[in-house]
Amino acid sequence: MEQVKAAGTTKDYKESYGPSESAERAKARRQTEGAPAPLIPDCCNVGVCLRSIVILNGAAIATAFALAPDVTLTWERLLSIALILEPALLLSLGSLCIVRKWTNGQHLNVQWVVGLAVPGLIAAAVAWVFASSPSQNADLSQSVILSMTTRAVSAAVIAAAMYEYFRLRARAYAPSFSEARLQALQARIRPHFLFNSLNTVLGLIRTEPRLAEHTLENLADLFRVFMRDARELVPLDDEVITCKEYLAIEQLRLSKRLQVAWDIDEMPGDALLPSLLLQPLIENAVHHGIEPRMDTGLISIRITKPGDRVRVEIDNPICATPAVRPGNQMALSNVRERLMLLYDMEAELKTGAQGDLFRLHLEFPYRKERRRRDVRRNYNPDR
Amino acid sequence: MSDATTILIVDDEPPARARLREVLADLAPEFPHRIVGEAANAPEALAQIESQRPQIVLMDVQMPGMTGIELARHISARAGEGDSEDPKPMPLMIFVTAFDEFAVDAFEVNALDYLLKPVRGQRLLAALVRARTLMPSEHLDAIDALAKATNTRRRHLSVHERGRVILVPLEQVVYLKAELKYITVRTREREYLIEESLTSLEDEFNDRFVRIHRNALVARPSIAGFERVTPTGEGEAGDPYWQVVLREIQDRLPVSRRQWSIVKGLVS
Repeated sequence: MEQVKAAGTTKDYKESYGPSESAERAKARRQTEGAPAPLIPDCCNVGVCLRSIVILNGAAIATAFALAPDVTLTWERLLSIALILEPALLLSLGSLCIVRKWTNGQHLNVQWVVGLAVPGLIAAAVAWVFASSPSQNADLSQSVILSMTTRAVSAAVIAAAMYEYFRLRARAYAPSFSEARLQALQARIRPHFLFNSLNTVLGLIRTEPRLAEHTLENLADLFRVFMRDARELVPLDDEVITCKEYLAIEQLRLSKRLQVAWDIDEMPGDALLPSLLLQPLIENAVHHGIEPRMDTGLISIRITKPGDRVRVEIDNPICATPAVRPGNQMALSNVRERLMLLYDMEAELKTGAQGDLFRLHLEFPYRKERRRRDVRRNYNPDR
Repeated sequence: MSDATTILIVDDEPPARARLREVLADLAPEFPHRIVGEAANAPEALAQIESQRPQIVLMDVQMPGMTGIELARHISARAGEGDSEDPKPMPLMIFVTAFDEFAVDAFEVNALDYLLKPVRGQRLLAALVRARTLMPSEHLDAIDALAKATNTRRRHLSVHERGRVILVPLEQVVYLKAELKYITVRTREREYLIEESLTSLEDEFNDRFVRIHRNALVARPSIAGFERVTPTGEGEAGDPYWQVVLREIQDRLPVSRRQWSIVKGLVS
């Protein structure tokens, strides 16, 4: 239920505050988002061509060396491979460069069929040309058909391997789509939080200078963490400190409306987890459970260690009125995605409504800190 | 009664209110004023405006329950109501908002002033001085335009009863019926009276309410069905007509012949 509400909130917000985006543009964007990623790499690109040529020729040389019965015969072997490989490769690159414009945006199965068929057919054609030209006899004898089939199949296999290589390469270099979206979202939320916090500090400076000072320290610590690489693993103790610093700032702003109950006596403080895994979840709870309500709301956080797993449970009250800022769905799905990347099937994140509470249940394997840090962060909320 | 301008501060965050108080105190020599109250949410603000009659309201945009823009609509909807000797006050509103590029865009097109948090003294002074020169009618138009630009619709109706302001959530309203000077707001539990025009309510909430008669709007989700009645009694039996059957309450409302063609499609 929370998901529906949250998605609605984001949309409403966008629509109400961003009238500039036309319906057509939104539609076009949806279409590009919905289309499968192109399978065939951009074969018109010099880099892609060079990479394909170098890799396949390297493989050909290695094969020639491996298969030649005598070192002196290697050259001959290589020549015979190259005779088929080079024309087939160059023609394939050229044809794929043209065909690609059409296959992009087609169903992924179509892309696979075309992507494998083009080099296969070209290899078969090249094989046919070489097999038939000396004899001048164009009839398809059995041996010619056999050689064409094997060449076609091996070309298709090589093409499949190359596609997979380019796909992995693209994934390794491009930040994930949701990561980019989350960053865009955070670029909007973080300044909001920053300015609100600065305003809070300004409100405290004259009457409670010490509290103002302490709040600025918290803010500095928080932004240090925000700017850190999110892939970094940190001990649970540190993440909890980050959460407490965050909550201390929100506490000033929301005063009595925000109540927090920590139950972390059994928490395994040395468990490693990705930096900023819990803070966004707690920010979410504040944002959707406390900020929209006029009276007091309680956020309870419980961290335990059943067996060799770490379990985090966060409860916040459900509000009838929508939140004032977007982002619930995205924070949750980002945390889910990061858990998947790191722990694969070993982690789980469940959310659901129970009565008037929104409950979040997170579990991941307990992995200990590899080395103890010399300088541990300390947090004393009463300082 | 001094010349000092009376100001009400509306913000849900105590440190933000403290900050505004302090900045205003700094401006006292240049801008004589008196802070007549502080409110942490919309109902409090409406009550304070009623009792304290501030001339200027400094209002946070992001507040729980009701945004500042929606609150401004309530204030402007009530302006000019009441007796002619004692009309409801129409304070001038200055919005205060945290970083929000889109909201700021919406303000740019209007005559209303807004301040960005953290608020600077000189900026606040300029806004206060400017607010005094603004005509109330300009101000009303600007609030309407702003509400439109930010797509803010009221989610409550404000009812004042014996000096108190009650906010009735729109989802609880079953029907609105015009009666002489007032409009009866019927919820499942009870009735309230408000002073607004049925036509403007129809325009504002046309996605939720449908007009069934010259004098009545009914919430679409509350319509259970229709029944045909033939008037009997007192001699002359009139033409048969249709009535709306409502969920949850027993009241029946007549559908006018003119509206029937539109309304009958709602239940099939």
